[in-house]
Amino acid sequence: MHDILKKLNKKRELAVDGGGKKRRESQHKKGKLTARERIEILLDPGTFEEWDMFVEHRCSEFGMDDQKIPGDGVVTGYGTINGKLTFVFSQDFTVFGGSLSESHAEKISKIMDKALQVGAPVIGLNDSGGARIQEGVSSLAGYAEVFQRNVLSSGVIPQISVIMGPCAGGAVYSPAMTDFIFMVKDTSYMFVTGPDVVKTVTHEEVTHEELGGASTHTKKSGVADLAFENDVEALFQLRRFMGFLPSSNKELPPTRKSEDPADRIELSLDSLVPDNPNKPYDMKELITKVVDDRDFFELQPEFASNILTGFARMTGSPVGIVANQPMVLAGCLDNNSARKAARFVRFCDCFNIPIITFVDVPGFLPGTSQEYNGIIKHGAKLLFAFAEATVPKITIITRKAYGGAYDVMSSKHLRGDVNYAWPHAEIAVMGPKGAVEIIFRGELGNEKKIEKKTNEYRERFANPFIAGSRGFIDDVINPHTTRKRISRSLEMLRNKRLTNPWKKHDNIPL
Amino acid sequence: MFSKILIANRGEIACRIIRTAQKTGIRTVSVCSDVDINSPHVELADESVNIGGITSAESYLDINKIIEAMNKTNADAVHPGYGFLSENVNFSDAVEKAGKIFIGPPSSAISVMGDKIKSKKIAKESGVSVVPGGIKIINSVEEAIKEANLIKYPVMVKASAGGGGKGMRIAFNDKQLKENFNSAINEAKSSFGDDRVFIEKFIQEPRHIEIQIVGDQYGNIIHLGERECSIQRRHQKVLEEAPSVFVDDVLREKMAIQAISLAKSVGYYSAGTVEFVVDKNKNFYFLEMNTRLQVEHPVTELITGIDLVHLMINIAEGKKLNLKQEDINFNGSAIEARIYAEDSSRNFLPSIGRLTRYIEPVSKGIRIDSGVVEGSEISMYYDPMISKLCVYSKDRKSAIESMVNALDRYLIDGVKTNRDFLSNIFQNENFINGKFSTDFIGKNYAEGYNSEEAETHYFDEICAIVTFVHYKYMQRAASISNQVKGFNRMIGSVWNVITSQKKIRTKISFNAYNKNYDLYVKNKYFKVKSDWKIGFPLLSALIDNKVLYFEVSRDGPRYTITHKSTKMTMIVLSNEHTALNSLMIPRKKKDTSNFLLSPMPGLLTTILVKKGQKIQEDEPLVIIEAMKMENIIKAEKDLVVKKIFAKEGDSLDVDQSIIEFEK
Repeated sequence: MHDILKKLNKKRELAVDGGGKKRRESQHKKGKLTARERIEILLDPGTFEEWDMFVEHRCSEFGMDDQKIPGDGVVTGYGTINGKLTFVFSQDFTVFGGSLSESHAEKISKIMDKALQVGAPVIGLNDSGGARIQEGVSSLAGYAEVFQRNVLSSGVIPQISVIMGPCAGGAVYSPAMTDFIFMVKDTSYMFVTGPDVVKTVTHEEVTHEELGGASTHTKKSGVADLAFENDVEALFQLRRFMGFLPSSNKELPPTRKSEDPADRIELSLDSLVPDNPNKPYDMKELITKVVDDRDFFELQPEFASNILTGFARMTGSPVGIVANQPMVLAGCLDNNSARKAARFVRFCDCFNIPIITFVDVPGFLPGTSQEYNGIIKHGAKLLFAFAEATVPKITIITRKAYGGAYDVMSSKHLRGDVNYAWPHAEIAVMGPKGAVEIIFRGELGNEKKIEKKTNEYRERFANPFIAGSRGFIDDVINPHTTRKRISRSLEMLRNKRLTNPWKKHDNIPL
Repeated sequence: MFSKILIANRGEIACRIIRTAQKTGIRTVSVCSDVDINSPHVELADESVNIGGITSAESYLDINKIIEAMNKTNADAVHPGYGFLSENVNFSDAVEKAGKIFIGPPSSAISVMGDKIKSKKIAKESGVSVVPGGIKIINSVEEAIKEANLIKYPVMVKASAGGGGKGMRIAFNDKQLKENFNSAINEAKSSFGDDRVFIEKFIQEPRHIEIQIVGDQYGNIIHLGERECSIQRRHQKVLEEAPSVFVDDVLREKMAIQAISLAKSVGYYSAGTVEFVVDKNKNFYFLEMNTRLQVEHPVTELITGIDLVHLMINIAEGKKLNLKQEDINFNGSAIEARIYAEDSSRNFLPSIGRLTRYIEPVSKGIRIDSGVVEGSEISMYYDPMISKLCVYSKDRKSAIESMVNALDRYLIDGVKTNRDFLSNIFQNENFINGKFSTDFIGKNYAEGYNSEEAETHYFDEICAIVTFVHYKYMQRAASISNQVKGFNRMIGSVWNVITSQKKIRTKISFNAYNKNYDLYVKNKYFKVKSDWKIGFPLLSALIDNKVLYFEVSRDGPRYTITHKSTKMTMIVLSNEHTALNSLMIPRKKKDTSNFLLSPMPGLLTTILVKKGQKIQEDEPLVIIEAMKMENIIKAEKDLVVKKIFAKEGDSLDVDQSIIEFEK
């Protein structure tokens, strides 16, 4: 009996040893943690239940049958994050470069299947050289097995990817289909084709970092949601992030006690919107003054910053925030901001997270680059997302809500539950100047008249009361009471039930 | 008795005057520029007139506009506050001409005292001591020695055309003077092309001490003691106190007699201040007289219990001074710190913007004269002073302690402030011991002050608090709903506080019996009690029965704690995680020495150089427009442009790279 236990321990030690001391040290030298070390930070101490420690690959080509390491390059299992059940796979770069073999993929698939059955999130820590080339098509099959599961799980359980090393070629498509992608600065990159291929085909000279580093994907492509300083920080932030998410679409998001009074008054919000309608102000100040503890977990802060998205809490319960940012491009909607917000809105809707929308939008960004790149369809995505969402939707118009963009931004007409406006709000088809220049097109030379008419138009339409008279907004509120009004609305909407007509799935303009 | 007065000023002093007027039943009118429409001084007043304009010249300095506002609102009198029109004879004359009353001294006194030469002459005539010498040009060594013996050593030889210390020589006796006189002349000639020099008494370890006087229109003048304002930065007062630690009863009496005699000689009434420079041997010499309410008047009010603005109003109404000298008592110790929106780590550059968060410390013994609220805008058009924080206590030592605590409780976000710089001064040994002179800041803070790089005596306390804060956050994170059973989430008690330099072991546990946290920093024990609520930026804690105050913020896993002029950023990790964290490679700071970084946020309007261009020192590189001001950025040395990162029309963040130069 004793010998058997010894044997088990020995087997385990072998698996834990992974690619061996030398490879672990080389991983550390790059400032990267090993697969197991990462899990140690991610999960609550001592809660990790590992599966498939003894799985080995079945490849015999190119001398692979001599090289078998139990675990086969990925550590899988489940545990808890602040007491909440979470499944995790963590690719082990020290074992065959973390490359994906058939059995490696099977391990991942196994936990994904179980997570879907029990309704718990899956976190993937990606650090892999790519497909196990020695296995050929078996490896590709493995990827596809994972992809299929990503798709089936989408909208049922939250799926989070953290890119903590290389992630190239077909491997990028699993993270791409998960809900959020986080990256680690300097040590991670993602691309479909690497710099060498790029050079051969297009003669562009580009580094790994430039092509697919954290900075590229958080600023230029918008593929990644956040980038963190290092492994440790990424994992701690991921723990914090998970606190906003329910375990599945059948659960409400997790709550916790809040010491921040629901009726907290913020007098300074009364002076947030400048007297001059063309002067920007920082929408983040409003967000942080409204939400619990001023704690706003912003996503994609450096991509399409003309719209803000992120999570926060109101009296202890998670909410999703979408807000135009007047500081950037005057808060206009454009291709990137519409895509960014649309995806975020859909995530919130999938997982029962109420959406609070702060509106100060002068319209869509004009220009050929916008039109050529399909602003019609990208803008429609955001419209679609808000319109189909059935979670509680609260909208606050702080200043401008012009034209089609007014409709898009979670308006009453798109089943907004509570739509409030600040007294500064201007809800109209367009700005007074533009409107008058169209109505009185024939008299553009008459500057005095145009100015007079502009003032008339402003007086008449640049306010929230016309919309109020139609019931398109429910009330004009004092800015300093915004937190209180939103808190009460959320409480009122707690048991909201709304379902869309049965369909196989919708056909969002992709 | 006035029924309505207009306050021709803005900000804290306008608010302060309005409060006194309202207390005495006088209606108030404020004026404001277009920038100040929503300012507290407008809200506070019973009526307000928008006199338009943006700059001071277009608004608060425009005499006609102020008179017009007075006429329009039927104000009986005007209080000018300080600065702006307060010492402008044209204004006081115009007020009189309009048949209104100027709450301040007679025009004649303003006029005489506003003239450096006239005022010194009158001072001398009325028996006030002035700095000896300095009148005639000295041509030879013999003449110099004669003059020096007349005004008594030590003396300073100064270039007539001088400045910047060039051509300046100090001598303590004939021998030194002989040695140095010619070199002073030569240096004056080579530096300024003018070899004229004069000799003046050299003031050793000068201190700036001023006497507050107040008099009525019937020749009654009393003094309200002194204020010491020696802590100055480039002749700008930074903090003031009353009484002065350096002044004894005898000196006070001597200075006050001269101050009153000077005031009488010009027929002075209202409140006024006579400024003196005092040397280390308590010899004092007249500098100038300020014919207005001073910025630092609150410290006098705190130790005398007298409302100076109220007195000024009464006097202007023609009332007799209802106080005699023997009624004036000096109790306790008061200190004022001027809170400025400026960056003490960047050469005290004004910092403008919206006060996104603003919490004043309120408690007994603290007086804050401020003209802002949360959400106020600190604009570039006016003085960037946010407020005057004054403390009052039984003695100087406890006043200083109370000031340091008050500064720790003063939260100002949205602009940079000199708060931590001030706090550091108040903790300086020499300041505490009263051993300082006007060169204190130049000597101790030549490079300004950066709270993020400062050393602290309170490192252990900060470690204790950050552990406490982290523990609270961890506990709350673990109190989330939807948990599964069987996986107990235990929050550990042993932690490591990790700064960029150090790693300190701490231990925390909650003592349910007396509701303390027992904290160990290394082996040092702290008993901590605090009802801090997560998310609140200020934390007060009873640490070993002493109340200390901290500013706390959290950004991801990092905590930033500011306490007693030091700002520290840390992470707190368990032992296991500390080991893993030590494997992380610190991010290399980019070498920016060969880059031109934007010194301020603004709009890049013009790029004056091209790639590959050779640039000489002082040649202009780019023009950045910040808040409507053009800033021409020049080369600091000879350079060659390697790469230009920005284009014209770009908006720049602070420290954003604009140009890279060849190494």
